Amino acid sequence: MQETTDTLETTIENPVSGIDQSSGNFKYDMTYDFDAGTGLNERTVDYISSVKKEAPWIREFRQNALKTFESRPLPTHWASKDLETINFDKIRYYLSQGLKPKRTWDEVPADIKQTFERLGIPEQERKFLAGVEAQFDSEAAYSNIKEAVAKQGVIFMNSTEGLREHPEIFRKFFGKVIPTGDNKFSALNSAVFSGGSFIYVPPGVKVSHPLQAYFRINAENFGQFERTLIICDEGSELTYMEGCTAPKFSTATLHSAVVELVALKGAKIQYITVQNWSSNVFNLVTKRGLAHEESEIKWIDCNIGSRLTMKYPGVVLRGRKARGEVISIALANDGQHQDTGAKMVHAADETTSTVVSKSISVGQGRATYRGVVHIPKNLKGCKNNTECDALLINTNSRTDTYPAITVRGDHHAVQHEASVSKVSAEQIFYMQQRGLTEGQAMSLSVNGFINDLARQFPMEYSVELKRLIDLEMEGSVG
Amino acid sequence: MSSLEIKNLHVSTGDKEIVKGVSLTINAGEIHAVMGPNGAGKSTMAKAVAGHPDYVITGGDVLIDGKSILEQESDERAREGIFLAFQYPSEIPGVSIANFLRAALQARMAEGEEIDASAYYKRLYQKMDMLKIDRKFTSRSVNEGFSGGEKKRSEILQMAMLEPKFALMDETDSGLDIDALRIVSDGVNQLRGPDLGILLITHYQRLLSYIVPDHVHVMIDGRIVKSGDKSLALELESRGYDWVKDELATA
Repeated sequence: MQETTDTLETTIENPVSGIDQSSGNFKYDMTYDFDAGTGLNERTVDYISSVKKEAPWIREFRQNALKTFESRPLPTHWASKDLETINFDKIRYYLSQGLKPKRTWDEVPADIKQTFERLGIPEQERKFLAGVEAQFDSEAAYSNIKEAVAKQGVIFMNSTEGLREHPEIFRKFFGKVIPTGDNKFSALNSAVFSGGSFIYVPPGVKVSHPLQAYFRINAENFGQFERTLIICDEGSELTYMEGCTAPKFSTATLHSAVVELVALKGAKIQYITVQNWSSNVFNLVTKRGLAHEESEIKWIDCNIGSRLTMKYPGVVLRGRKARGEVISIALANDGQHQDTGAKMVHAADETTSTVVSKSISVGQGRATYRGVVHIPKNLKGCKNNTECDALLINTNSRTDTYPAITVRGDHHAVQHEASVSKVSAEQIFYMQQRGLTEGQAMSLSVNGFINDLARQFPMEYSVELKRLIDLEMEGSVG
Repeated sequence: MSSLEIKNLHVSTGDKEIVKGVSLTINAGEIHAVMGPNGAGKSTMAKAVAGHPDYVITGGDVLIDGKSILEQESDERAREGIFLAFQYPSEIPGVSIANFLRAALQARMAEGEEIDASAYYKRLYQKMDMLKIDRKFTSRSVNEGFSGGEKKRSEILQMAMLEPKFALMDETDSGLDIDALRIVSDGVNQLRGPDLGILLITHYQRLLSYIVPDHVHVMIDGRIVKSGDKSLALELESRGYDWVKDELATA
């Protein structure tokens, strides 16, 4: 609550990490009313549950999850050994200034308000959003839904409020799409989760403008564990967007979210992420949707920044003719590893899934694609189309593709295409000869590479993505 | 009046010296043709002047209006008014010609200035009409899947839009059939004028019957060995480069 501490450095050792997240690279020194301290044990979990005044069942759910988390090894047998550098004892698991989010920006404490103003959130809300939730460390500082949307019966609040005010809906779907034991980090999230969105769209309601959540990490040595649960009832439609940033600290920051989507019969959910984490963030997120009959779930996932991102949005196609789609763009710059992909589990006849993944590796950056497509033997008429394209900018960068496609039975159509291309020195010279700087030339190449995907985004987000790429590429010129 | 002065230029690639002391001055309004056999160093000279990183200038100087440009990066030289029409232009997947040119023009503007989109498209279409290029062309990705003729026309369109002071045209006639050659030459002739100096690199006299040069230079083994007016090109056509080589040997 005191003065601003700008962490923008004047001398930058790594030209990439210093410049790229400049827009989010600032923090405020805060005094927190609620602080679970450092490290994780049963008392930490109890503290969080008590602060939130939770029902006994959820407290028990958390304690069980903690046991699961502790019993699981890190998945280093297939994933990066870099995970071993996370020191779970040094992380702070809950920090907040209070639990009740404000309904107007004027009520939001000045420095938090200023944070979100610098990130452009109130402006976007005025321009094109149906509702906004702004999370600052562990809890939402601001949450508002436009009256017209609320009148249609749409519920949009953070998960803490959702649990308290709508336990009948929350409990029915919570932890069902992604069970606690899905993986070590979903267990961690289930033990200490706080914040994130809870959304319910009633039958037939088509929410015309997107709802947006913004996740901001402000504190050092902090872990953010939001939990998002979205239920679209029969025939309803929703577009949800999330953005995330954090300042650049010298120590690692952990972001480990769980996002569960449920599309009931004929519903459509589009979930868009543009993350711009600073290069110290471990971003280990589990995202999955459950698609009932004739429904559609589409993940659009743009991963820029972070030290290590592991994220494989998935769709379980449970109802006949359900459709799932993952569109993923990952940019791995120097010192970053984007380990991303998609999971498509076909569990009904005539289900369709599409995966399009584009990764860009710059400098020492590393991009990995992991995909799972599962079509069991007893099903008929399922289709999957997977396309993975990688772009390498300079010879040190690395890209790997690990597609795992299990198709049993004869009545399915599955396609997999992969390509790797390079931005050549000749191409850069060609563009520079037309007057573009080296950074502008690389940025244009990258934007061209993802152009066919970016065109599918809402305009405001494709503009934002282009801006972030420009910043990254400007910064990557040595 | 602008001038591009190449002074005793030496260029190496790897350990090999390719250009061994070339001097040439191009004034605005002039067309200079540089002819010569394969491997004479013509393209190397053009790329070095444009600032290609693989070609190292080991001696001499290149000046625009008396000011050396050797310290400048290739993009600065481009913004200074040097345009290289490439023999083999690169493909830029996913970037349309319209967006590429817009980015190139934007790069020439001061910080904070934004290109006026409607004025830009008006001008683009005007130039395309002048060069007889179909409007659908601009929405295609730069050089991707282009025929030889389309690539060269795209280069001429870029030249028309960027309005350089000096155009270095590297084997613009290579890979063109006679119809494409005529269309491209017509384009260059349209752009010809008192504010533009052109260096035309070619093997063949054929191009020079469409684009008539003011000066013709013969380059052999990294040096300009003979200069003259347009009649020199005709003489080369009938007698071949061996004639010049023989003349050199006896001199």
